[in-house]
Amino acid sequence: MASRTLIGLARCLALLGMAVLGLLTALPVVTMIALSFGLGAVFLFPSAVRMTRGHAQRARLLALGWTGVEIPPPYRPEPPMPLPGRDGWYHHAGQRYRTALVPLHNQNLSWMIKDPATWRDLLWLLADPVIGGVIAAAPPAMVGGGAVLVASWHPLLMAAGVLLMVAGMLLAPWAVRVHAMWTSLLLAPTHRARLTNEVRHLTRSRMDANDAQAAELRRIERDLHDGAQARLVAMGMTLGAAEELMESDPKAAKALLAKVREASAESLVELRRLVRGIHPPLLAERGLGDAVRALALDSPLRVEVAVDLEGRADAPVESATYFAVSELLANAARHGDAQHVTVDLSRRGKALRVTVVDDGRGGADPTRGTGLRGIERRLAAFDGVLALNSPPGGPTTATIEIPDALPGAGERLEEDVPPWKKTVTTVCWSLCWLPLFPQGLVTAVVKVTGGERSWFLGMHVPGPYQWPVIIGMITLGLGMLGTGLYVHRNRHGHGLRPAR
Amino acid sequence: MRVVLAEDLYLLRDGLVHLLRAHGFEIVAAVESGPELLAALLGERPEVAVVDVRLPPTFTDEGLQAALTARRAVPGLPVLVLSQHVEQLYARELLADGTGGVGYLLKDRVLNSGQFVDAVRRVAAGGTAMDPDVIAKLLASNARSEPLGRLTPREREVLELMAEGRSNAAIAQRLYLSESAVAKHTAGIFAKLDLAVSDDDNRRVLAVLAYLNGTRA
Repeated sequence: MASRTLIGLARCLALLGMAVLGLLTALPVVTMIALSFGLGAVFLFPSAVRMTRGHAQRARLLALGWTGVEIPPPYRPEPPMPLPGRDGWYHHAGQRYRTALVPLHNQNLSWMIKDPATWRDLLWLLADPVIGGVIAAAPPAMVGGGAVLVASWHPLLMAAGVLLMVAGMLLAPWAVRVHAMWTSLLLAPTHRARLTNEVRHLTRSRMDANDAQAAELRRIERDLHDGAQARLVAMGMTLGAAEELMESDPKAAKALLAKVREASAESLVELRRLVRGIHPPLLAERGLGDAVRALALDSPLRVEVAVDLEGRADAPVESATYFAVSELLANAARHGDAQHVTVDLSRRGKALRVTVVDDGRGGADPTRGTGLRGIERRLAAFDGVLALNSPPGGPTTATIEIPDALPGAGERLEEDVPPWKKTVTTVCWSLCWLPLFPQGLVTAVVKVTGGERSWFLGMHVPGPYQWPVIIGMITLGLGMLGTGLYVHRNRHGHGLRPAR
Repeated sequence: MRVVLAEDLYLLRDGLVHLLRAHGFEIVAAVESGPELLAALLGERPEVAVVDVRLPPTFTDEGLQAALTARRAVPGLPVLVLSQHVEQLYARELLADGTGGVGYLLKDRVLNSGQFVDAVRRVAAGGTAMDPDVIAKLLASNARSEPLGRLTPREREVLELMAEGRSNAAIAQRLYLSESAVAKHTAGIFAKLDLAVSDDDNRRVLAVLAYLNGTRA
């Protein structure tokens, strides 16, 4: 507790330093922006924006590191580098340029000006030295002020000073959190920005999925064209020949017919292999669990499968997961030199999670193998992710998670609310009326109207302390209300969706 | 011999009916869906059933499920399962009760009518008929098993044919060996795999299959 308070105080001081740094950043930034729009020196604008973004990013990282409040960068993606046209010139807005300098600058300028996050950043840069500064300064100021009061050696003032110091210390960790919330107010992506990013991501993954599907269809078409189709043509021709020979040379006809039968068996084998590649029959017949069990049986490795799934995922999700597991098992056998593999299929909330652990020699690198990349691309269509942990020497752990893959809400895996949070909320909410109304607002009214009800604490103390006590009571009540609200709101932690 | 047949594709069902009739079987029911099959199996009590795995109404593994249910009700009811693909998983489920009288073949095997009819007869007599593909998969997934590695190539061939459910006589004919030579190889296999020797063909096959399945359980 003591160290928490001390750390909180130190952080408050550091945040105060950040506010000063912000002020130092704001001065040149404002000057540069004024110059760029007032005197047309637009080439200064990108530098000003980059300075602002740099400072804002520091604040985001501090909020994440000190309070766990995650504030993802809200900016739109940077435009791609301009490329020269066929004639070797850079074309931009109907003009031709010898070098990329001007097009790049114009592109960056419009990217920055059109992004609302730029202006929210600026607003924050101007407001933070005041608002963030006050939030961060409050606890150290209270402690310092308390120390001054204690030094006065007046008993009542000393008591008040000690109280103020204790309150300041207790408040310090909270002030850091409140500061983080203030930071996220302006620096977090707006709802709109988040949706825009989501749409961008969906568009890209849809294109990937379409590409993958088209490639797959082309492969199937080629296989059918070169395989089964060609064989059927050959079989028809052989049958025709057999028909002609039937009368004149029955023996030769019979040999031809045997050949046809052989060819039909071969095309069956080929079609079976093709079907397995498109959609494994077991998946259609039994679902993911048994299909993975069958994979385990067919693998030359010792594979243990644990399935804990109720409900079936959509066929495309099952198929993608099946092929992913198949690829991972094949990798374990091929490169990993593994003996023993465990596959675990389970649900986490509505997400489907697959963990494949092998005892091979590890060192798998998703950037090298096309197989792992293929898995990632396949999974991306369903917002699924592949996490690979493969230290050299093994073991290799691959985890696949596909959100919202399984039907039904299931039991939501809520993190347990720590008991102290429940207690704080209850105490705050059940007692906040006491300082707020009778001891605070009512006393204030009584004092203003000149009443003499001395059992109110605010009226009981000597004259000069009456107003401070009343205001203190109101602040305490509001503080308790706010604390209760804050704890209640944050009991499930931050971040509703995983960051991309 | 009384046969119940379940196959949803008309052409194939018709072809099978003709094929089996031509070889002296009596088709007591030729059905095309899972529920009909179960009713026929329990109502007609055929001497053997020929069943497609995938049947209406769900087009999943209706046929296999009906066969397994019927075999739970009537232990040892001979069933030959046909499929477009073979899976070790299904083979295990069919063999799990250890009573024999099961077959599991690719549909392609119907093309060779002589061998197919032989398989139907074998199953009806309480034996087994496993597809060579199933056995190949079983052996492949046992590739690292040490006792199997000690078999001679000839013994391995004999083991494959034995696991398919063939009798010593049939194996001898297939490999151009004398029956006593096959018996010698069989004894060698059983000694190397540490299995108890049995004179009964069917029980011997089940022991081998249980061994191949068991090493990976």
